[in-house]
Amino acid sequence: MSFMSRLRRFPFWSWLWFVLGALYFLLPLLATFEFSLSWDPEIPFKAYQRAFEDKDFWETFMYSNVLALTTIFVSIILIVPTAYWIRLRLPQARRFVEFITLMPFVVPAIILVFGLIRIYSAPVNVPFTEIQLMQPLTNFKVGTNILIVAGYMVLAMPYMYRSVDTGMRTVDIATLTEAAQSLGANWFTIITRIILPNIRSALLSGALLTFAIVVGEVTLASFLGVDAFGPYLFLLGQHRAYEPAALSFVSFLLTWFAMGMIQLVTGGQGQAAGAH
Amino acid sequence: MSYLSISNVTKQFGDTVVVDNFNLDIEKGEFVSFLGPSGCGKTTTLRMVAGFEIPTAGKILLGGADITDKSPNQRNVGMIFQSYALFPNMTVAQNIGFGLAVRKEPDAVVKQRVSEMIGLINLEKHANKYPYQLSGGQQQRVSLARALANRPQVLLLDEPLSALDAKIRVSLRSEIRAIQKSLGITAVFVTHDQEEALSISDRIVVMNTGVIEQVGTPFEIYNFPKTRFVANFVGSLNTADAEVVEPAKGIVSVNGVQFIAAEGTTDRKKGDRVKIAIRPERLGFASEQKKANLVDATIENITFLGSVVRIQIKIGDTKFNMDTFNNPFLELPKIGSKEQVTCSKEAVLVLDE
Repeated sequence: MSFMSRLRRFPFWSWLWFVLGALYFLLPLLATFEFSLSWDPEIPFKAYQRAFEDKDFWETFMYSNVLALTTIFVSIILIVPTAYWIRLRLPQARRFVEFITLMPFVVPAIILVFGLIRIYSAPVNVPFTEIQLMQPLTNFKVGTNILIVAGYMVLAMPYMYRSVDTGMRTVDIATLTEAAQSLGANWFTIITRIILPNIRSALLSGALLTFAIVVGEVTLASFLGVDAFGPYLFLLGQHRAYEPAALSFVSFLLTWFAMGMIQLVTGGQGQAAGAH
Repeated sequence: MSYLSISNVTKQFGDTVVVDNFNLDIEKGEFVSFLGPSGCGKTTTLRMVAGFEIPTAGKILLGGADITDKSPNQRNVGMIFQSYALFPNMTVAQNIGFGLAVRKEPDAVVKQRVSEMIGLINLEKHANKYPYQLSGGQQQRVSLARALANRPQVLLLDEPLSALDAKIRVSLRSEIRAIQKSLGITAVFVTHDQEEALSISDRIVVMNTGVIEQVGTPFEIYNFPKTRFVANFVGSLNTADAEVVEPAKGIVSVNGVQFIAAEGTTDRKKGDRVKIAIRPERLGFASEQKKANLVDATIENITFLGSVVRIQIKIGDTKFNMDTFNNPFLELPKIGSKEQVTCSKEAVLVLDE
């Protein structure tokens, strides 16, 4: 094959758009990384050294990671059966549910958090009585954690629902369900052994987006007064110059590392499920 | 008492009656096909047996037990789908063993049954492959093995061959039939392909607009259709408007050309308008053998169809098709020539107009 004919076959435009897209995402990251190294020319990783020495970094980062994983777990439990049931039995409700899932794009997080605080800062009483069932959720740590995970679920819902719904569109959910039923499977078995493994890549992308949203989220965490990574980074950014850049870069790498681990751990079956 | 009994079953979606008062008894080990055009209710009936649809009225009994309101996972039925419906995340062996694993059978039993089933469908070398690594025919065989692994009381096949190419379709249908016979399992097969139904079934149920038109063996359905729909739907057929001339002798007239029918005229009056139907292969040239009906025909066209040669003829003003087996020494008439054409009295079916 001559050089010219090889050149003609080269997908020039595809590569051009790919490179431009990659630059769009990678250049800011590279700039952040470069800036984080410029604190002290003699000790290039000084910003990283300082950041890692800070106990608060680890505490807030780990806490946000736990919040993110909890949000992902509860979202999957809630959203997968919902999306599945809507596809299987209530297709007429799809538009309505899609509208609901888009609400977090329209209603800002500040409204959501004020709503949560307003409703759950009061004790829960038996209706029409003064008998208190539960103290205000905002008054104790577990309660606040429940509130913040619920809030994050709402914020991540558009991404998670759409990922799951798109994943289900690629699989013949109805026929697979019927096949499993005729083999004696109940709903739990169908969801856990047939549906979830077959939408694995969709779940992963939803989980990745949820993780990224939760780890960097500031508004809900600040107003609910929890020591999460978002507010920590925000405070750091107000007082320091180089450490926030270093931490942003590290948190980005850690997020991708976590997702890579998930991919690795659940990798065996995925290829087959995705390739059908 | 029959093994699978579908009694007075009706299914309505809103105001639309999809299956209307369906009654059928199927014996153990029988292979029954539901045959009919799209929308005739055959798949809905099958889905009611599987439990995916609940009848609006009527009862379904399997092995003497009423399964009408049981959920699909509580009925011991195996189902094969047109789209194979193999679980993409599982290997061939895992697919086949799924039903057994769901039933919490011991691992040794699962392993033994899976290997037995894989042997049955001759896919030993593919046990660890995923469905996407198999051809359509292989996938459908896995689907068959998966359905049979649970030892179901009845095997339901919903157009299982429709997605396959012609050659695989023919070989797989023979394979399905052989396996069904060897295991002695009761099977209900849904198809719109008459050739498939005729070749594979013990009995055929011909359906149209939600009702049963005729139930019979393939031989009965093809040779003695009871309704005009069955006559038209199963096999190719020449039909012509006719008038009863002598009811007692079975003589009818098609635009002045007289035919004698063996039956179907005695309960009619002279002058009644009817339709006659003759299968193309029942017509032949009188030069070879003369039968009760002997008429003049003009050769209009000749079409070569491989094993069969189709000759278009004109009898009076009416066009008919005549089929004859192909052989290398076949002497075909010239187009436009006049020939005498013959058929037996039994070949002339008299139907309502």
